[in-house]
Amino acid sequence: MITTEDLTKQVLAGSPRALARVITWVENSDPRAAKCLEELHPHMGHALILGLTGSPGAGKSSLTDQITHHFRKRDKTVGIVAVDPSSPFTGGALLGDRIRMNRHAGDPGVFIRSMATRGFLGGLAQTTDNVVKAMDASGKDIVIVETVGVGQDEIDIMRIADTICLILAPGYGDIIQSMKAGVMEIADIYVINKSDHAGADQLYTEVNSRILQDTQIKKSPWTPPVVKTVATEKRGIDDLVEAIGSHQCQLKESGAILEKRRERIRQQTFQMIHFALFQLMEKELAQNGRLERLVDAIIERKENPYRAMREIVDEFIHTPAAR
Amino acid sequence: MAKKKIKIIVAKPGLDGHDRGAKLLCRIFAEAGMEVVYTGLRQTPEMIAEAALQEDADVVGLSSLSGVHNYFFPKVVKVLEEKEISDVLIVGGGIIPAEDIPELKKAGVAEIFGPGTRTDKIVQFIQENVAG
Ligand SMILES: Nc1nc2c(ncn2[C@@H]2O[C@H](COP(=O)(O)OP(=O)(O)OP(=O)(O)O)[C@@H](O)[C@H]2O)c(=O)[nH]1
Ligand SMILES: [Mg+2]
Repeated sequence: MITTEDLTKQVLAGSPRALARVITWVENSDPRAAKCLEELHPHMGHALILGLTGSPGAGKSSLTDQITHHFRKRDKTVGIVAVDPSSPFTGGALLGDRIRMNRHAGDPGVFIRSMATRGFLGGLAQTTDNVVKAMDASGKDIVIVETVGVGQDEIDIMRIADTICLILAPGYGDIIQSMKAGVMEIADIYVINKSDHAGADQLYTEVNSRILQDTQIKKSPWTPPVVKTVATEKRGIDDLVEAIGSHQCQLKESGAILEKRRERIRQQTFQMIHFALFQLMEKELAQNGRLERLVDAIIERKENPYRAMREIVDEFIHTPAAR
Repeated sequence: MAKKKIKIIVAKPGLDGHDRGAKLLCRIFAEAGMEVVYTGLRQTPEMIAEAALQEDADVVGLSSLSGVHNYFFPKVVKVLEEKEISDVLIVGGGIIPAEDIPELKKAGVAEIFGPGTRTDKIVQFIQENVAG
Protein backbone atom coordinates (compact mmCIF):
# COMPACT_ATOMS: atom_id res chain seq x y z
CA MET A 1 0.00 0.00 0.00
CA ILE A 2 1.42 3.32 -1.04
CA THR A 3 1.68 5.99 1.64
CA THR A 4 0.32 9.49 1.17
CA GLU A 5 3.83 10.79 1.58
CA ASP A 6 5.16 8.71 -1.29
CA LEU A 7 2.24 9.70 -3.44
CA THR A 8 2.73 13.37 -2.70
CA LYS A 9 6.39 13.06 -3.63
CA GLN A 10 5.43 11.45 -6.90
CA VAL A 11 2.92 14.20 -7.63
CA LEU A 12 5.61 16.79 -7.02
CA ALA A 13 7.97 14.87 -9.26
CA GLY A 14 5.39 15.13 -12.02
CA SER A 15 3.88 11.65 -12.08
CA PRO A 16 0.52 11.80 -13.86
CA ARG A 17 -0.51 8.51 -12.31
CA ALA A 18 0.03 9.83 -8.79
CA LEU A 19 -1.81 13.04 -9.61
CA ALA A 20 -4.72 11.03 -11.00
CA ARG A 21 -4.96 9.00 -7.82
CA VAL A 22 -4.81 11.99 -5.52
CA ILE A 23 -7.61 13.57 -7.54
CA THR A 24 -9.72 10.45 -7.13
CA TRP A 25 -9.25 10.57 -3.39
CA VAL A 26 -10.17 14.24 -3.40
CA GLU A 27 -13.31 13.52 -5.41
CA ASN A 28 -14.34 10.75 -3.05
CA SER A 29 -13.53 12.77 0.08
CA ASP A 30 -11.20 9.94 1.04
CA PRO A 31 -9.44 10.77 4.32
CA ARG A 32 -6.10 10.29 2.54
CA ALA A 33 -6.93 13.24 0.29
CA ALA A 34 -6.72 15.64 3.20
CA LYS A 35 -3.24 14.33 4.07
CA CYS A 36 -2.04 14.73 0.51
CA LEU A 37 -3.47 18.22 0.14
CA GLU A 38 -1.80 19.19 3.40
CA GLU A 39 1.53 18.01 2.07
CA LEU A 40 0.97 19.66 -1.30
CA HIS A 41 -0.08 22.98 0.17
CA PRO A 42 3.37 24.61 0.16
CA HIS A 43 3.56 23.98 -3.57
CA MET A 44 0.26 25.56 -4.53
CA GLY A 45 -0.36 29.08 -5.73
CA HIS A 46 1.81 29.23 -8.83
CA ALA A 47 -0.61 28.35 -11.61
CA LEU A 48 -2.71 30.79 -13.56
CA ILE A 49 -6.27 29.60 -13.06
CA LEU A 50 -8.51 30.19 -15.99
CA GLY A 51 -12.27 29.63 -15.91
CA LEU A 52 -14.35 28.93 -18.98
CA THR A 53 -18.07 29.10 -18.47
CA GLY A 54 -21.09 29.68 -20.68
CA SER A 55 -24.16 28.15 -22.24
CA PRO A 56 -24.31 24.44 -23.03
CA GLY A 57 -22.69 23.71 -26.37
CA ALA A 58 -21.30 27.23 -26.81
CA GLY A 59 -17.83 25.83 -27.45
CA LYS A 60 -16.16 25.74 -24.04
CA SER A 61 -14.34 22.47 -24.65
CA SER A 62 -13.29 23.43 -28.17
CA LEU A 63 -11.88 26.70 -26.87
CA THR A 64 -10.16 24.92 -23.99
CA ASP A 65 -8.50 22.77 -26.60
CA GLN A 66 -7.38 25.81 -28.60
CA ILE A 67 -6.12 27.73 -25.62
CA THR A 68 -4.20 24.65 -24.48
CA HIS A 69 -2.67 24.31 -27.91
CA HIS A 70 -1.61 27.95 -27.78
CA PHE A 71 0.10 27.62 -24.40
CA ARG A 72 1.76 24.35 -25.32
CA LYS A 73 3.42 26.02 -28.28
CA ARG A 74 4.95 28.37 -25.75
CA ASP A 75 6.10 25.47 -23.59
CA LYS A 76 3.67 26.13 -20.77
CA THR A 77 2.21 23.06 -19.10
CA VAL A 78 -1.55 22.84 -18.83
CA GLY A 79 -3.98 21.09 -16.49
CA ILE A 80 -7.61 20.85 -17.52
CA VAL A 81 -10.55 20.17 -15.22
CA ALA A 82 -13.70 19.62 -17.25
CA VAL A 83 -16.93 19.42 -15.29
CA ASP A 84 -20.20 17.92 -16.51
CA PRO A 85 -23.43 17.41 -14.58
CA SER A 86 -24.38 14.24 -12.71
CA SER A 87 -27.93 13.04 -13.14
CA PRO A 88 -29.91 13.88 -10.02
CA PHE A 89 -31.91 10.69 -10.61
CA THR A 90 -29.28 8.03 -11.23
CA GLY A 91 -26.13 9.73 -9.96
CA GLY A 92 -24.48 8.78 -13.24
CA ALA A 93 -22.82 11.20 -15.60
CA LEU A 94 -21.76 11.49 -19.21
CA LEU A 95 -18.43 13.25 -19.31
CA GLY A 96 -18.05 14.38 -22.89
CA ASP A 97 -15.58 17.23 -22.82
CA ARG A 98 -12.48 15.18 -23.33
CA ILE A 99 -13.53 14.22 -26.83
CA ARG A 100 -12.77 17.77 -28.03
CA MET A 101 -9.27 17.67 -26.58
CA ASN A 102 -8.04 14.41 -28.01
CA ARG A 103 -5.13 15.87 -29.89
CA HIS A 104 -3.32 16.50 -26.61
CA ALA A 105 -3.35 12.81 -25.72
CA GLY A 106 0.24 11.68 -25.46
CA ASP A 107 1.54 15.13 -24.61
CA PRO A 108 3.08 14.85 -21.13
CA GLY A 109 2.62 18.60 -20.70
CA VAL A 110 -1.16 18.29 -20.64
CA PHE A 111 -3.25 16.58 -17.97
CA ILE A 112 -6.99 16.35 -18.54
CA ARG A 113 -9.46 15.27 -15.90
CA SER A 114 -13.22 15.00 -16.30
CA MET A 115 -15.39 15.48 -13.25
CA ALA A 116 -19.07 15.00 -12.50
CA THR A 117 -20.87 17.52 -10.31
CA ARG A 118 -22.18 14.80 -7.95
CA GLY A 119 -25.17 16.79 -6.85
CA PHE A 120 -23.47 20.15 -6.50
CA LEU A 121 -25.33 22.94 -8.24
CA GLY A 122 -22.98 25.86 -8.76
CA GLY A 123 -21.62 24.74 -12.13
CA LEU A 124 -18.75 22.80 -10.54
CA ALA A 125 -18.36 19.83 -8.23
CA GLN A 126 -17.81 20.47 -4.57
CA THR A 127 -14.28 19.18 -4.85
CA THR A 128 -13.29 20.96 -8.06
CA ASP A 129 -11.46 23.57 -6.07
CA ASN A 130 -9.16 20.99 -4.48
CA VAL A 131 -8.66 19.17 -7.75
CA VAL A 132 -7.44 22.44 -9.25
CA LYS A 133 -5.12 22.89 -6.31
CA ALA A 134 -3.63 19.43 -6.78
CA MET A 135 -2.93 20.24 -10.42
CA ASP A 136 -1.44 23.56 -9.42
CA ALA A 137 0.85 21.84 -6.92
CA SER A 138 1.87 19.27 -9.52
CA GLY A 139 3.54 22.14 -11.36
CA LYS A 140 1.12 23.03 -14.14
CA ASP A 141 1.66 26.58 -15.36
CA ILE A 142 -1.97 27.00 -16.31
CA VAL A 143 -5.05 25.24 -15.01
CA ILE A 144 -8.18 25.60 -17.13
CA VAL A 145 -11.51 24.86 -15.50
CA GLU A 146 -14.46 24.20 -17.80
CA THR A 147 -17.75 24.49 -15.94
CA VAL A 148 -20.94 22.67 -16.85
CA GLY A 149 -23.09 24.47 -19.41
CA VAL A 150 -24.64 27.18 -17.32
CA GLY A 151 -27.78 29.26 -17.33
CA GLN A 152 -27.96 31.99 -14.77
CA ASP A 153 -26.64 31.53 -11.31
CA GLU A 154 -24.03 28.81 -11.58
CA ILE A 155 -21.20 31.10 -10.62
CA ASP A 156 -19.01 29.04 -8.33
CA ILE A 157 -16.22 29.42 -10.87
CA MET A 158 -15.65 32.88 -9.44
CA ARG A 159 -14.47 31.25 -6.22
CA ILE A 160 -11.71 29.47 -8.10
CA ALA A 161 -10.57 31.27 -11.23
CA ASP A 162 -8.29 34.29 -11.58
CA THR A 163 -9.69 35.10 -15.00
CA ILE A 164 -13.15 34.08 -16.17
CA CYS A 165 -14.12 33.83 -19.82
CA LEU A 166 -17.84 33.74 -20.49
CA ILE A 167 -18.42 31.85 -23.72
CA LEU A 168 -21.50 32.88 -25.68
CA ALA A 169 -22.64 31.73 -29.09
CA PRO A 170 -25.37 32.93 -31.41
CA GLY A 171 -28.42 30.81 -31.88
CA TYR A 172 -29.65 30.34 -28.36
CA GLY A 173 -32.49 32.84 -28.39
CA ASP A 174 -32.06 35.99 -26.42
CA ILE A 175 -28.92 35.10 -24.53
CA ILE A 176 -28.37 38.41 -22.85
CA GLN A 177 -31.92 38.40 -21.61
CA SER A 178 -31.73 34.88 -20.25
CA MET A 179 -28.44 35.59 -18.56
CA LYS A 180 -29.37 38.87 -17.04
CA ALA A 181 -28.23 38.02 -13.56
CA GLY A 182 -25.31 36.12 -12.15
CA VAL A 183 -23.35 34.66 -14.99
CA MET A 184 -23.18 37.89 -16.98
CA GLU A 185 -21.70 39.65 -13.99
CA ILE A 186 -18.72 37.42 -13.43
CA ALA A 187 -17.14 37.70 -16.88
CA ASP A 188 -13.66 39.20 -17.12
CA ILE A 189 -13.70 38.48 -20.83
CA TYR A 190 -16.69 37.92 -23.10
CA VAL A 191 -16.16 35.47 -25.92
CA ILE A 192 -18.52 35.32 -28.87
CA ASN A 193 -17.72 31.88 -30.21
CA LYS A 194 -19.21 30.42 -33.39
CA SER A 195 -18.67 33.75 -35.03
CA ASP A 196 -19.07 31.90 -38.30
CA HIS A 197 -22.77 31.57 -37.51
CA ALA A 198 -25.49 34.05 -38.39
CA GLY A 199 -26.35 36.29 -35.50
CA ALA A 200 -22.80 36.63 -34.20
CA ASP A 201 -22.59 40.30 -35.15
CA GLN A 202 -25.83 41.08 -33.44
CA LEU A 203 -24.74 39.25 -30.32
CA TYR A 204 -21.45 41.16 -30.41
CA THR A 205 -23.33 44.46 -30.54
CA GLU A 206 -25.65 43.43 -27.74
CA VAL A 207 -22.83 42.37 -25.47
CA ASN A 208 -20.95 45.59 -26.15
CA SER A 209 -23.92 47.74 -25.32
CA ARG A 210 -24.42 45.80 -22.13
CA ILE A 211 -20.80 46.45 -21.17
CA LEU A 212 -21.25 50.12 -21.96
CA GLN A 213 -24.25 50.20 -19.65
CA ASP A 214 -22.19 48.49 -16.96
CA THR A 215 -19.49 51.14 -17.17
CA GLN A 216 -22.14 53.82 -16.75
CA ILE A 217 -23.65 52.12 -13.73
CA LYS A 218 -20.51 51.32 -11.79
CA LYS A 219 -16.89 52.35 -12.00
CA SER A 220 -14.54 49.45 -12.41
CA PRO A 221 -10.81 49.29 -13.03
CA TRP A 222 -11.36 46.64 -15.68
CA THR A 223 -13.69 46.80 -18.64
CA PRO A 224 -14.25 43.33 -20.06
CA PRO A 225 -13.21 43.03 -23.68
CA VAL A 226 -15.36 41.15 -26.18
CA VAL A 227 -13.51 38.67 -28.36
CA LYS A 228 -14.91 36.92 -31.42
CA THR A 229 -13.75 33.38 -32.05
CA VAL A 230 -14.36 30.36 -34.22
CA ALA A 231 -12.97 27.55 -32.10
CA THR A 232 -13.29 24.95 -34.82
CA GLU A 233 -11.20 27.01 -37.22
CA LYS A 234 -8.77 28.43 -34.70
CA ARG A 235 -9.90 31.97 -35.43
CA GLY A 236 -9.62 34.65 -32.76
CA ILE A 237 -7.59 32.49 -30.39
CA ASP A 238 -4.63 34.87 -30.36
CA ASP A 239 -6.98 37.73 -29.47
CA LEU A 240 -8.49 35.67 -26.70
CA VAL A 241 -5.14 34.73 -25.22
CA GLU A 242 -4.04 38.34 -25.46
CA ALA A 243 -7.15 39.44 -23.57
CA ILE A 244 -6.37 36.86 -20.89
CA GLY A 245 -2.84 38.26 -20.64
CA SER A 246 -4.12 41.82 -20.29
CA HIS A 247 -6.49 40.82 -17.54
CA GLN A 248 -3.68 39.08 -15.70
CA CYS A 249 -1.52 42.20 -15.98
CA GLN A 250 -4.31 44.38 -14.69
CA LEU A 251 -4.86 42.03 -11.74
CA LYS A 252 -1.20 42.10 -10.85
CA GLU A 253 -0.50 45.78 -11.38
CA SER A 254 -3.53 46.93 -9.43
CA GLY A 255 -2.88 44.46 -6.64
CA ALA A 256 -6.38 43.09 -7.17
CA ILE A 257 -4.95 39.61 -7.46
CA LEU A 258 -3.81 39.71 -3.84
CA GLU A 259 -7.21 40.89 -2.71
CA LYS A 260 -8.89 38.22 -4.79
CA ARG A 261 -6.72 35.45 -3.36
CA ARG A 262 -7.14 36.69 0.16
CA GLU A 263 -10.91 36.69 -0.16
CA ARG A 264 -10.79 33.25 -1.70
CA ILE A 265 -8.69 31.82 1.11
CA ARG A 266 -11.00 33.40 3.64
CA GLN A 267 -14.06 31.80 2.04
CA GLN A 268 -12.43 28.44 1.52
CA THR A 269 -11.08 28.21 5.02
CA PHE A 270 -14.43 29.09 6.48
CA GLN A 271 -16.16 26.64 4.20
CA MET A 272 -13.83 23.85 5.19
CA ILE A 273 -14.51 24.46 8.85
CA HIS A 274 -18.20 24.61 8.11
CA PHE A 275 -18.10 21.34 6.22
CA ALA A 276 -16.02 19.52 8.83
CA LEU A 277 -18.37 20.59 11.59
CA PHE A 278 -21.34 19.63 9.50
CA GLN A 279 -19.97 16.13 8.99
CA LEU A 280 -19.21 15.68 12.67
CA MET A 281 -22.70 16.78 13.62
CA GLU A 282 -24.31 14.62 11.02
CA LYS A 283 -22.43 11.56 12.19
CA GLU A 284 -23.14 12.26 15.81
CA LEU A 285 -26.85 12.81 15.29
CA ALA A 286 -27.31 9.81 13.04
CA GLN A 287 -25.28 7.48 15.23
CA ASN A 288 -27.58 7.04 18.18
CA GLY A 289 -30.81 7.55 16.28
CA ARG A 290 -31.23 10.94 17.84
CA LEU A 291 -32.06 12.68 14.58
CA GLU A 292 -34.88 10.27 13.81
CA ARG A 293 -36.32 10.64 17.31
CA LEU A 294 -36.11 14.36 16.92
CA VAL A 295 -37.92 14.22 13.59
CA ASP A 296 -40.66 12.10 15.17
CA ALA A 297 -41.05 14.58 17.97
CA ILE A 298 -41.22 17.50 15.55
CA ILE A 299 -43.86 15.77 13.44
CA GLU A 300 -45.93 15.18 16.57
CA ARG A 301 -45.34 18.82 17.50
CA LYS A 302 -43.92 17.80 20.86
CA GLU A 303 -40.72 19.51 19.89
CA ASN A 304 -39.89 22.40 17.60
CA PRO A 305 -36.87 22.49 15.34
CA TYR A 306 -35.81 25.97 16.42
CA ARG A 307 -35.37 25.10 20.05
CA ALA A 308 -33.88 21.69 19.25
CA MET A 309 -31.30 23.32 17.01
CA ARG A 310 -30.19 25.69 19.77
CA GLU A 311 -29.90 22.86 22.24
CA ILE A 312 -27.88 20.63 19.93
CA VAL A 313 -25.48 23.38 18.92
CA ASP A 314 -25.00 24.42 22.55
CA GLU A 315 -24.33 20.90 23.59
CA PHE A 316 -21.88 20.37 20.73
CA ILE A 317 -19.91 23.50 21.44
CA HIS A 318 -19.49 22.58 25.09
CA THR A 319 -18.21 19.06 24.52
CA PRO A 320 -14.43 18.69 24.69
CA ALA A 321 -12.64 18.72 21.35
CA ALA A 322 -11.28 15.25 22.09
CA ARG A 323 -14.39 13.64 20.57
CA MET B 1 -19.00 8.06 2.83
CA ALA B 2 -21.07 7.29 -0.25
CA LYS B 3 -20.33 4.16 -2.20
CA LYS B 4 -17.52 4.81 -4.60
CA LYS B 5 -18.64 5.77 -8.10
CA ILE B 6 -17.53 3.56 -10.92
CA LYS B 7 -15.65 5.51 -13.54
CA ILE B 8 -15.57 3.99 -16.98
CA ILE B 9 -13.82 4.99 -20.18
CA VAL B 10 -15.64 4.03 -23.33
CA ALA B 11 -13.43 3.98 -26.38
CA LYS B 12 -13.63 2.94 -29.98
CA PRO B 13 -10.27 1.87 -31.28
CA GLY B 14 -9.84 1.39 -34.98
CA LEU B 15 -10.90 3.29 -38.01
CA ASP B 16 -14.58 2.71 -38.59
CA GLY B 17 -16.73 5.75 -38.11
CA HIS B 18 -19.77 4.27 -36.41
CA ASP B 19 -20.22 5.05 -32.78
CA ARG B 20 -23.96 4.85 -32.31
CA GLY B 21 -23.53 1.63 -30.37
CA ALA B 22 -20.74 3.03 -28.20
CA LYS B 23 -22.77 6.14 -27.44
CA LEU B 24 -25.78 4.06 -26.49
CA LEU B 25 -23.60 2.06 -24.11
CA CYS B 26 -22.37 5.30 -22.57
CA ARG B 27 -25.93 6.23 -21.77
CA ILE B 28 -26.67 2.81 -20.36
CA PHE B 29 -23.67 2.99 -18.06
CA ALA B 30 -24.63 6.50 -16.94
CA GLU B 31 -28.19 5.36 -16.26
CA ALA B 32 -26.68 2.64 -14.10
CA GLY B 33 -25.06 5.36 -12.00
CA MET B 34 -21.57 5.27 -13.46
CA GLU B 35 -19.43 8.22 -14.49
CA VAL B 36 -18.72 7.69 -18.15
CA VAL B 37 -15.95 9.29 -20.13
CA TYR B 38 -16.47 8.93 -23.84
CA THR B 39 -13.25 9.43 -25.75
CA GLY B 40 -14.67 9.23 -29.24
CA LEU B 41 -13.81 7.57 -32.50
CA ARG B 42 -10.50 6.40 -33.90
CA GLN B 43 -8.63 6.05 -30.65
CA THR B 44 -5.18 4.53 -30.57
CA PRO B 45 -4.33 2.17 -27.71
CA GLU B 46 -1.97 4.86 -26.39
CA MET B 47 -4.74 7.44 -26.31
CA ILE B 48 -7.08 5.06 -24.51
CA ALA B 49 -4.48 4.11 -21.93
CA GLU B 50 -3.60 7.74 -21.36
CA ALA B 51 -7.24 8.64 -20.79
CA ALA B 52 -7.61 5.72 -18.37
CA LEU B 53 -4.54 6.90 -16.49
CA GLN B 54 -5.51 10.55 -16.18
CA GLU B 55 -9.11 9.76 -15.35
CA ASP B 56 -8.03 7.04 -12.90
CA ALA B 57 -10.68 4.85 -14.48
CA ASP B 58 -11.96 1.65 -12.88
CA VAL B 59 -13.05 0.20 -16.18
CA VAL B 60 -12.08 0.52 -19.82
CA GLY B 61 -14.80 -0.53 -22.25
CA LEU B 62 -13.66 -1.17 -25.80
CA SER B 63 -16.02 -1.39 -28.70
CA SER B 64 -15.10 -2.70 -32.11
CA LEU B 65 -17.21 -3.35 -35.16
CA SER B 66 -14.57 -3.54 -37.79
CA GLY B 67 -12.65 -6.65 -36.89
CA VAL B 68 -9.69 -4.90 -35.31
CA HIS B 69 -10.28 -6.42 -31.87
CA ASN B 70 -7.63 -9.11 -32.16
CA TYR B 71 -4.98 -6.47 -32.57
CA PHE B 72 -6.37 -3.57 -30.60
CA PHE B 73 -7.79 -5.11 -27.44
CA PRO B 74 -4.57 -6.91 -26.39
CA LYS B 75 -2.59 -3.83 -27.35
CA VAL B 76 -4.63 -1.67 -24.96
CA VAL B 77 -3.97 -4.19 -22.19
CA LYS B 78 -0.28 -4.08 -23.00
CA VAL B 79 0.01 -0.29 -23.04
CA LEU B 80 -1.83 -0.13 -19.73
CA GLU B 81 0.62 -2.64 -18.31
CA GLU B 82 3.53 -0.59 -19.58
CA LYS B 83 2.11 2.33 -17.68
CA GLU B 84 1.91 0.08 -14.63
CA ILE B 85 -1.84 0.25 -14.50
CA SER B 86 -2.92 -3.17 -13.39
CA ASP B 87 -6.10 -2.52 -11.47
CA VAL B 88 -8.31 -1.56 -14.40
CA LEU B 89 -11.05 -3.89 -15.56
CA ILE B 90 -10.99 -4.21 -19.33
CA VAL B 91 -14.08 -5.34 -21.16
CA GLY B 92 -14.84 -5.49 -24.85
CA GLY B 93 -17.83 -5.67 -27.10
CA GLY B 94 -19.06 -5.32 -30.62
CA ILE B 95 -18.88 -7.70 -33.52
CA ILE B 96 -16.51 -10.35 -32.26
CA PRO B 97 -16.58 -13.98 -33.42
CA ALA B 98 -16.89 -16.51 -30.61
CA GLU B 99 -13.67 -18.26 -31.61
CA ASP B 100 -11.67 -15.10 -30.94
CA ILE B 101 -12.85 -14.79 -27.36
CA PRO B 102 -10.50 -17.25 -25.61
CA GLU B 103 -7.42 -15.55 -27.05
CA LEU B 104 -8.68 -12.12 -26.02
CA LYS B 105 -9.35 -13.31 -22.50
CA LYS B 106 -5.94 -14.86 -22.31
CA ALA B 107 -4.52 -11.50 -23.33
CA GLY B 108 -6.14 -9.87 -20.32
CA VAL B 109 -9.57 -8.73 -21.45
CA ALA B 110 -11.86 -9.67 -18.58
CA GLU B 111 -14.97 -10.33 -20.63
CA ILE B 112 -16.27 -9.99 -24.17
CA PHE B 113 -19.87 -9.14 -24.87
CA GLY B 114 -21.02 -10.14 -28.31
CA PRO B 115 -23.90 -8.65 -30.27
CA GLY B 116 -27.24 -9.13 -28.57
CA THR B 117 -25.83 -9.38 -25.05
CA ARG B 118 -28.40 -7.96 -22.66
CA THR B 119 -27.09 -4.63 -21.48
CA ASP B 120 -28.11 -5.26 -17.89
CA LYS B 121 -25.76 -8.26 -17.95
CA ILE B 122 -22.91 -6.00 -19.00
CA VAL B 123 -23.69 -3.54 -16.25
CA GLN B 124 -23.94 -6.33 -13.73
CA PHE B 125 -20.63 -7.83 -14.78
CA ILE B 126 -18.91 -4.49 -14.38
CA GLN B 127 -20.46 -3.78 -11.02
CA GLU B 128 -19.45 -7.18 -9.72
CA ASN B 129 -15.93 -7.15 -11.03
CA VAL B 130 -14.64 -3.67 -10.33
CA ALA B 131 -11.90 -3.88 -7.74
CA GLY B 132 -13.37 -2.61 -4.46
N1 LIG C 1 -19.48 26.31 -36.43
C1 LIG C 1 -18.84 26.26 -35.26
N2 LIG C 1 -19.00 25.19 -34.48
C2 LIG C 1 -18.34 25.17 -33.29
C3 LIG C 1 -17.50 26.22 -32.88
N3 LIG C 1 -16.99 25.93 -31.66
C4 LIG C 1 -17.50 24.73 -31.33
N4 LIG C 1 -18.31 24.26 -32.31
C5 LIG C 1 -19.06 22.99 -32.31
O1 LIG C 1 -20.09 23.10 -31.34
C6 LIG C 1 -20.31 21.85 -30.68
C7 LIG C 1 -20.17 22.03 -29.18
O2 LIG C 1 -18.83 22.39 -28.89
P1 LIG C 1 -18.15 22.10 -27.47
O3 LIG C 1 -16.80 22.65 -27.51
O4 LIG C 1 -18.33 20.69 -27.11
O5 LIG C 1 -19.12 22.99 -26.55
P2 LIG C 1 -19.20 23.03 -24.95
O6 LIG C 1 -19.57 24.41 -24.57
O7 LIG C 1 -17.96 22.48 -24.37
O8 LIG C 1 -20.41 22.04 -24.68
P3 LIG C 1 -20.87 21.43 -23.26
O9 LIG C 1 -19.64 21.08 -22.50
O10 LIG C 1 -21.68 20.23 -23.67
O11 LIG C 1 -21.70 22.49 -22.59
C8 LIG C 1 -19.29 20.90 -31.28
O12 LIG C 1 -19.93 20.16 -32.29
C9 LIG C 1 -18.22 21.81 -31.86
O13 LIG C 1 -17.54 21.23 -32.94
C10 LIG C 1 -17.36 27.36 -33.76
O14 LIG C 1 -16.67 28.33 -33.47
N5 LIG C 1 -18.05 27.32 -34.93
MG1 LIG D 1 -17.72 20.90 -23.01
